[in-house]
Amino acid sequence: MDILITGLFLGGTYALIAMGLNLQYGIARIMNLANGEMIVVGGFSAFWLYSSAQVSPLLTVFLVAPVAFLLNWLIYWIMLRPLVKRAKSRGQLEVDAILATFGLAFVSVGIMLAVFGGDYFSYSYLARPIRLLGDTYALNRATAFLAAVLICAAIYLWLNYSRPGMSIRAIAVSPESARLVGIDVPKLAALTFALGGAVTATGGALISMFFTLDASTGVIFTLKALVIVIMGGVGDVRGTIVAALLLGVLETFVAAVIDPGLTLAAAYLLFIVILLFRPQGLFGRRGT
Amino acid sequence: MRTDAPVLSLRGATKRFGGLVAVNDLDFDVAEHEVMGLIGPNGSGKSTTLNLISGALPPTSGGIALRGTPIENLPAQEIARKGVARTFQLVRLLPSMSVLDNVRAGAVFGHRRRWGAEAETHALRMLKLVGLDRRAHAHTGELTYIDTKRVELARVLASDPEVLLLDEWLAGLNPTELEEGIALIRRLRDDGRTIVLVEHVMDAIRSLCDACVVMSSGAKIAEGTPDEVLSDPEVIRAYLGDDDDA
Amino acid sequence: MIRADGRTLALVALVLAVAACLPLTGSAYWLSLGISIAMYTVLTTSWALFSGPTHYISLATAAFFGVGSYTTGIGIEYLPYWALPPIAGVLGAVMAALVGLATLRLSGVYFVIFTLGLAELVRQVIIWFQNISGQKGIYVLTKITEAQIFWQLLGLAALVYAAGWAIGRSRLGFALRIIGDDEEVARHSGINTARAKVALFMVSGAAAAVVGAVLAPRFVYIEPSTAFTPMLSFQVVIMALLGGTGRLWGPLVGVIPFTFLWEAISASFPNQTTLLLGVSFLVIVYLLPRGFVGLIEGTRRRMRAREAFA
Repeated sequence: MDILITGLFLGGTYALIAMGLNLQYGIARIMNLANGEMIVVGGFSAFWLYSSAQVSPLLTVFLVAPVAFLLNWLIYWIMLRPLVKRAKSRGQLEVDAILATFGLAFVSVGIMLAVFGGDYFSYSYLARPIRLLGDTYALNRATAFLAAVLICAAIYLWLNYSRPGMSIRAIAVSPESARLVGIDVPKLAALTFALGGAVTATGGALISMFFTLDASTGVIFTLKALVIVIMGGVGDVRGTIVAALLLGVLETFVAAVIDPGLTLAAAYLLFIVILLFRPQGLFGRRGT
Repeated sequence: MRTDAPVLSLRGATKRFGGLVAVNDLDFDVAEHEVMGLIGPNGSGKSTTLNLISGALPPTSGGIALRGTPIENLPAQEIARKGVARTFQLVRLLPSMSVLDNVRAGAVFGHRRRWGAEAETHALRMLKLVGLDRRAHAHTGELTYIDTKRVELARVLASDPEVLLLDEWLAGLNPTELEEGIALIRRLRDDGRTIVLVEHVMDAIRSLCDACVVMSSGAKIAEGTPDEVLSDPEVIRAYLGDDDDA
Repeated sequence: MIRADGRTLALVALVLAVAACLPLTGSAYWLSLGISIAMYTVLTTSWALFSGPTHYISLATAAFFGVGSYTTGIGIEYLPYWALPPIAGVLGAVMAALVGLATLRLSGVYFVIFTLGLAELVRQVIIWFQNISGQKGIYVLTKITEAQIFWQLLGLAALVYAAGWAIGRSRLGFALRIIGDDEEVARHSGINTARAKVALFMVSGAAAAVVGAVLAPRFVYIEPSTAFTPMLSFQVVIMALLGGTGRLWGPLVGVIPFTFLWEAISASFPNQTTLLLGVSFLVIVYLLPRGFVGLIEGTRRRMRAREAFA
């Protein structure tokens, strides 16, 4: 039972991170392999503000999100838009985006290593036990989960019921037709990319409350987020959440029962199974 | 080889996309040396039918046979090897290669597989057939629109197919080019090739086809010689009715 | 045509012969640099054999390399050394076949992600296994000298070039070029695209595993974190793309300058190698999309065009 709940707590935070990536890949069509670094940046900010000025990470989020939004918006216009423009095919854009965002990831890891060094950083915030259904859990994990749920719900509602949200979903389905009905595709793609970055960085700030990060942990998160996105289905918010929860539970189970060192291996196993049997994602329909 | 048996036959071929039935219970036969026109209004399922035959899409149900051998469950490359070759509605060339190499692709991997000098001479022969032999070493980017279509046709011919599927091969040509295009296909017909063509250009259908299948909303509504089907009231209604909807 | 091939062959043989004399200089520094260059030449060239025409970016080099190292590490206790590189090659090929069958039907992104995690996956499994068996690393103690390793790598490079040359002239090579241009056309022309891709991925997997097996004696002590270093996969991608994958000799043009640059940077700024990797990726995407080869050929074409107009 406690595995299930701990797993769900973890999965909730994963959902937030993967949601950021899914917005970027599903709508802006950029496979952002620097996603994990955005998490670390978010985590770093939370750590730094907490340890230097005792600012609660829950407040930091309100600073991190807009800054990350702006940063990702700039990244899209300066780095990625030229690639979108020059790409002759979807495949070429994919390769270019992969290489460019890998470059970005390594550059940011390099800069963080130079500025902060290679140390692990962690801080103790809300590290109190709480009792739930007869078992004890860490309060910070529960808080992060709650915040993640709120943000995921907000995004889901926004995408489904607001006008820009509707346009964004239209782009996800068919960029060409979206353009024909008067949707400014580049502008909204940039917006979604920025939003995805902001969501991811927020996830980073939340995750840093209970996760030890260092400058180069980003890639592990990128991998997990990618597995979740593919498992949940590209552009599918509901699938992302379910897949993230599934991964959170699986990882917690493997860590508790077999070996904590095997969490990524477990994620991969799940990935292989999905690739072999449902490459279109959990809820995706087979391509027509 | 028996000449009475059809080269290609469809029995109850059906393709569903979710709730939409794109091709509904389609039957027809194509005889050896026959040019069969597959016509119908936009969205009537002609291209989907070609996709089913060439293996680009698997049919939801029904059978497709090439000289009596079922091919409906084979992947596209197997079908190509058995002798069904196609062009694409939007021309697809291999952009990094020369004209000759584009055609060589058909000669090397198609129904009859060649290699080395044999493949090259065969490819050159096909280029001559479509009237492009002098541009063999040109880059595909330098070609005019009709020449890209010619290259694609030559690539398809180079595989020595049993059946040739032409998906709106004449679409988008200007009047002079259209004349050349029709003349070219007539030459293939005179060579005794078996061809299925999806086409909108009525002149071409009248002058090229031995038989026609007319489709509307995924189903066959008429079959016969071009003159017969084009005067069929239901066919006329299908075309005009669709225009009203659009 | 045949005469040009003959001349190229003679040139390659000459270069290899000159390179083979490197250990005779007696300089340990140059020999170690030579080993790096030979190693990266094999890895990048075999990488480009697959990734060049198909545009699938494989980040599995480290995984194959690590499996190769472990083959030598474990096998050396039971078998004579010369039997091990071939076994590693077979293991690498089998692994590549499995990965390829699972992922190469799908879009390129899935393939990148999968290969990126592969080294990590194998590494975690080995660490777990070692935790259970209570063993940490493996000592590989042999009498093999640096010079012998160098010569083996050189031989391997010759083999990879020969294989690349043969594939380039084979149906398989032609099929891959078609696939790289338009997979749909390839399928409809009668090419079994999945089989062609898996076949070439197996070649590159086998080559990387053999390199790992050959280099294992040099490490003396093998542990998962050194054998499966993800850096290796990225270095290989960068060098190959920097050189250019359109030509068989392209990756070599990237390997030589990058190896020197890498040595220099890691000697004087050991913490900045990640930054270097990142910057290199950006340079490739924004400044050299077709690598040095593209740059050279573009310049040559412009010069020829100018001559034609002059």
